[in-house]
Amino acid sequence: MLEVNAVSKRFGGVTALEDVTLAVNKGEIYGLIGPNGAGKTTLFNCMTGLYSVTSGEIRLEGHPLHNRKPHEIVARGFARTFQNIRLFANMTALENIMVGRHTRTRAGVLGAVLRCERTRAEERAIRERARELLDFAGLHGKGRFLAGHLPYGDQRRLEIARALATDPHLLALDEPVAGMNPTERRQMGELFRRLRDAGITLLLIEHDVKLVMDVCDRVAVLDYGRKIAEGTPEQVQRDPAVIAAYLGAETRAAGAAP
Amino acid sequence: MRRKPQIAFFWLSVLLVALPFLTGAALGNSWVRVLDFALLYVMLALGLNIVVGYAGLLDLGYVAFYALGAYLYAWLASPHFGVHLPFWAVLPLGAALAGLFGVLLGAPTLRLRGDYLAIVTLGFGEIIRIFMNNLNAPVNITNGPQGINLIDPVALGGFRFAGTQQVLGVSLPSTYLFYYLFLAFTLAAIFIAMRLQDSRIGRAWAALREDEVAAAAMGVNTRNLKLLAFAMGATFGGLAGGLFAAFQGFISPESFNLWESILILCMIVLGGMGHIPGVILGAVLLTVLPEALRYIGDWQRHAFGHVYVDPSDLRMLLFGLALVLMMVYRPAGLIPSRQRKREFAAEDGVAEQEQASLYDARG
Repeated sequence: MLEVNAVSKRFGGVTALEDVTLAVNKGEIYGLIGPNGAGKTTLFNCMTGLYSVTSGEIRLEGHPLHNRKPHEIVARGFARTFQNIRLFANMTALENIMVGRHTRTRAGVLGAVLRCERTRAEERAIRERARELLDFAGLHGKGRFLAGHLPYGDQRRLEIARALATDPHLLALDEPVAGMNPTERRQMGELFRRLRDAGITLLLIEHDVKLVMDVCDRVAVLDYGRKIAEGTPEQVQRDPAVIAAYLGAETRAAGAAP
Repeated sequence: MRRKPQIAFFWLSVLLVALPFLTGAALGNSWVRVLDFALLYVMLALGLNIVVGYAGLLDLGYVAFYALGAYLYAWLASPHFGVHLPFWAVLPLGAALAGLFGVLLGAPTLRLRGDYLAIVTLGFGEIIRIFMNNLNAPVNITNGPQGINLIDPVALGGFRFAGTQQVLGVSLPSTYLFYYLFLAFTLAAIFIAMRLQDSRIGRAWAALREDEVAAAAMGVNTRNLKLLAFAMGATFGGLAGGLFAAFQGFISPESFNLWESILILCMIVLGGMGHIPGVILGAVLLTVLPEALRYIGDWQRHAFGHVYVDPSDLRMLLFGLALVLMMVYRPAGLIPSRQRKREFAAEDGVAEQEQASLYDARG
């Protein structure tokens, strides 16, 4: 479904991603893990059009995504959330989700001013869909609060609901359970499975190893901008390269302690 | 319960229709002219509000579009080029030309934000004014600093907005006639601004203002929507410019200096950015109050036989004082939108929300 082919990204002299190749299959939950600064978010930004790639290519269902504008990528059915929540803080929760319907609706200036039957029907549909998504994300009755005033966990869920409003086939979540307590994490894991069952492929950046091991079908590990392992959670967990990246290799651990 | 807004609406319409007569009777006919200008500034402020209030793009060169509308009107309806097109044909052309320039001047600024955008738009505004000031040689296009004179009076069908006209048995000076003409355009502008705000486009602009990156990542075409905001705002400005030229019968580059842009921006900030009733109030206040201050000169002459403080100096002083007081006591404007009020009072919001969730629990 999503193919990342030999993607490299350099910022001046810093190589953030080097020759990363991976493939996400339709209908799976794919985890992307790695130590801090490994290039996970950079890869997300390259995929969703916020960064251009230095070399390599990214395809979604065969269509090239690299160096396309963010809104074109969203229109192709690839939505995302952000690591540091980026809601429209001074708009209500419902309005946030309604913005997500932008690509799937048409009304322009003329429609807005004349408010003909077609525009009104579209507005009703936007509102209705936004309400459905609010409920789906477990935010029932919170639609009229300003997004910035919602509790942290609700903001995370609202960001997912807003991304879902773009009708994605592939949803990329950047550390969706960061800062959550165990109950909230369990609820989120639940939400991810519901999303997969609804036919949405998930791409997940996560530090919470337990969650990754629980919900992900396959996992890739990045370290210093390179992919060092890929496979099922069990395979990756036992991979010596992964253990070395997270805990340090035995030889180094023995010798390098000051 | 449902009758109440209708009754209010009825009395408001009566007031708006009667206003020039009331003003004329109470303060003299020169004040009706001030009313005309107030309406013109309401239109301008509503236009700039689309760019600054809705889309969050700080534009300090807005007066350029006002100038373009006015000059196009002057070119196509005056002896300057000997072209005399009718009012209803020139006005939309002026609005369209301004809208086009909105896109042209907006395009190079797409990557800029905040202060940088303000400086570049300020530059564009000045460029247009300086062009108008200097395009009298080698080919005389704008007649330079002298400006263009003898602009055709407005004629709709056989009805001329010049001198005193008989309407339904009442004789009305042209300032009264222009009041009703401007009122019609202002109401249309208010209608369009309201509809735009509460629409798919309006939401996308709000998203753009809140967080451009997130808006793009949610599928909003940020380039097109910014250009659309510039174009819509400029169109309002061009329309007001055409009306201004028709009303004055004379235009010169002097009317379109930087101070005008800042004044219009002040109207929005004073009234309440992004909120239509606030913007209208701001525009009316900042047009009417400076005129009212003129009386201070007369008053001094009566009291002391000499003018100690020049009213125009006092105007600037009070203007500054008003803005400072406002920033301290009402930072979100005189009639802010609920949203902006919350922006400026973030702490209160938490209590309010807790209150609301309590209410939910009970309901």
